[in-house]
Amino acid sequence: MAMEKTLPSYQQDRIKINDGEKIVSARPHALSDKVFNFCPGCTHGIVHRLVAEAIDELGIEGETIGISPVGCSVMNYDFFNCDMIEAAHGRAPAVATGVKRVHPDKIVFAYQGDGDLASIGTAETVHAATRGEHITVIFINNAIYGMTGGQMAPTSLPNQVTQTSPYGRDVSKVGFPIRMSELLATLDGPAYIERVACDTTAHIRQAKKAIKKAFENQVNGVGYSFVEVVSTCPTNWGMTPQAAFEWLRENMLPYYPLGVYKDVVADGFDDALGAAAARAADCPIAQQKREA
Amino acid sequence: MADEKSTPVEDRVLMKGNEVLAEAAMRAGCRYFFGYPITPQTELAAYMAKKLPKIGGTFLQAESEIAAINMVYGAGAAGARAMTSSSSPGVSLKGEGVSYMAGADVPGVIVNVERGGPGLGGIQPSQSDYFQATRAMGHGDFFMPVLAPSTVQEMADLIYLAFDLADEYRTPAMILADGMIGQMMEPVTLPPARDPESLPKKPWATTGTHMEREHNVVNSLYLTPQKLEDTNRERFERYEKIKATQQRQELFMADDADILIVAFGASSRIARTAIRRARDKGIKVGLLRPITLWPFPEDAINQAIDGGCKALMSVELNMGQMVEDVRLAAHGRADVSFYGRTGGVLPTPEEILDQIEALAARIGCAPSAKAGE
Repeated sequence: MAMEKTLPSYQQDRIKINDGEKIVSARPHALSDKVFNFCPGCTHGIVHRLVAEAIDELGIEGETIGISPVGCSVMNYDFFNCDMIEAAHGRAPAVATGVKRVHPDKIVFAYQGDGDLASIGTAETVHAATRGEHITVIFINNAIYGMTGGQMAPTSLPNQVTQTSPYGRDVSKVGFPIRMSELLATLDGPAYIERVACDTTAHIRQAKKAIKKAFENQVNGVGYSFVEVVSTCPTNWGMTPQAAFEWLRENMLPYYPLGVYKDVVADGFDDALGAAAARAADCPIAQQKREA
Repeated sequence: MADEKSTPVEDRVLMKGNEVLAEAAMRAGCRYFFGYPITPQTELAAYMAKKLPKIGGTFLQAESEIAAINMVYGAGAAGARAMTSSSSPGVSLKGEGVSYMAGADVPGVIVNVERGGPGLGGIQPSQSDYFQATRAMGHGDFFMPVLAPSTVQEMADLIYLAFDLADEYRTPAMILADGMIGQMMEPVTLPPARDPESLPKKPWATTGTHMEREHNVVNSLYLTPQKLEDTNRERFERYEKIKATQQRQELFMADDADILIVAFGASSRIARTAIRRARDKGIKVGLLRPITLWPFPEDAINQAIDGGCKALMSVELNMGQMVEDVRLAAHGRADVSFYGRTGGVLPTPEEILDQIEALAARIGCAPSAKAGE
């Protein structure tokens, strides 16, 4: 299903391909020619590329509808070549629900940051997950509000200094970070939840596998799939990109352990419904057969 | 609008207002309903929950009013006719989503079966959301068509129209009803059922590119000020077209009226009784019933004033909201006054009659004053 690699249009007049040469790596077709507006060293760009590669490899660009969030990736409707809808802050899962209900045969994904997904949109996130909406959610957790200039996020770490926690996040007063993958994994609706990072080549490879699987699950009707990408924000963390990766490894990964939090297929079920029914095996009403 | 004579008998039925909204919406081609429970619109959602799955549609009870309107936004952006319904406190939560729909030019229908407010208010009929409905109900510079049914028949006719207006002008549209019209039963001729496939196509919708066209983007974000201004100006040109072509009202005993009662929805029904009684007493009073609250029927008000109407009295189930539009339309050319009850209290015809008599006396149009001319 992979598309033949061709140079993106903006490179075609700059790079000459000689006879006998072939392109082994190029910008994914699902990414537009628009130059990213992300800060240097930001991991949004990597994740955008991984999403686009997954879409390319599954051959689903023409059938995919994406939902953009509010936050640093707010303008990713310009970066993806598939149809896109810009949602209000936090509402992407609800918008995705509306789209998927109208077009159950299409692939619908939401791309959201931590403020969007885990603060203002917590209700939409949790309920789209528990409904088992057949959508794919890509969650960028960089422990800070980037777009607005570095305020405390629902995922900011204890004692993390931000613009709105200038003395460090005081958990005795403002509470604790939310581990969304763990929280959502308690629900019956999701089919697949994995937390990945993109600080090293190995982690990026794993992130790619997870993101592709999250789309593939939707193609196969397995159910709601959620990939959390532990990410960096060098600008608002006040670090160089390399130092930010170090900080991520040192502080974020111990708090947000990488790994698979739910995978109903790996557990031997066809889909989330099957796994949920098994979990409620002792509840008679939950076992009632429904008419189609 | 349904033609009574040509409609089969089975389409003339006795139904509750809220259920008629649901049935007529489905007949208009709506297959997607997203909502959250609230009194007094409950029957609408219950009817949809029962019927929509049987015709291949989707009824989804959302986790909140906010989620529900954003589902409507998504479904509308994906090209479908979609709706949500609620009552006053719940409609407040929809303001955000409606603003995004207006900003991204996404059609959809919002029903508000009003109850008393502010805050949790009460559950009895009210018209206290007139401002919210007719001014931008969320942030930003926008309007939307607002239709106000006064009978169960109009519940059917106007929601049918609302879907057409929403699609034609790429805008959200609202049905502003109240708990009285929602809860009452009347005979109704249902409009013909339309196949959603037969509706005009929406080439702008996000339906997947199928690798055959540039990607569609449904969006309300414009970081370049000039672009945002251009977008808003284009939208207001559409609003001007709506104002020029879509003002709707009913006139009753208005031809020779010195006084016009301006009233919509439930209060217009009570006003009609009061007007008949005032006519029996020789007062030349009539009714101007706005059917579109936005665009407000200012042309009809101006024509009435041109035709000799001296005074306009706005009768509302609130503390005086539509009266501001009446005053703007009259522009100082007629006496404008207000009478209202609020909190779910309905005025009696006698109360309104008293107001009419007092007004007639004040402006010198009472029968006795006339006789003395």
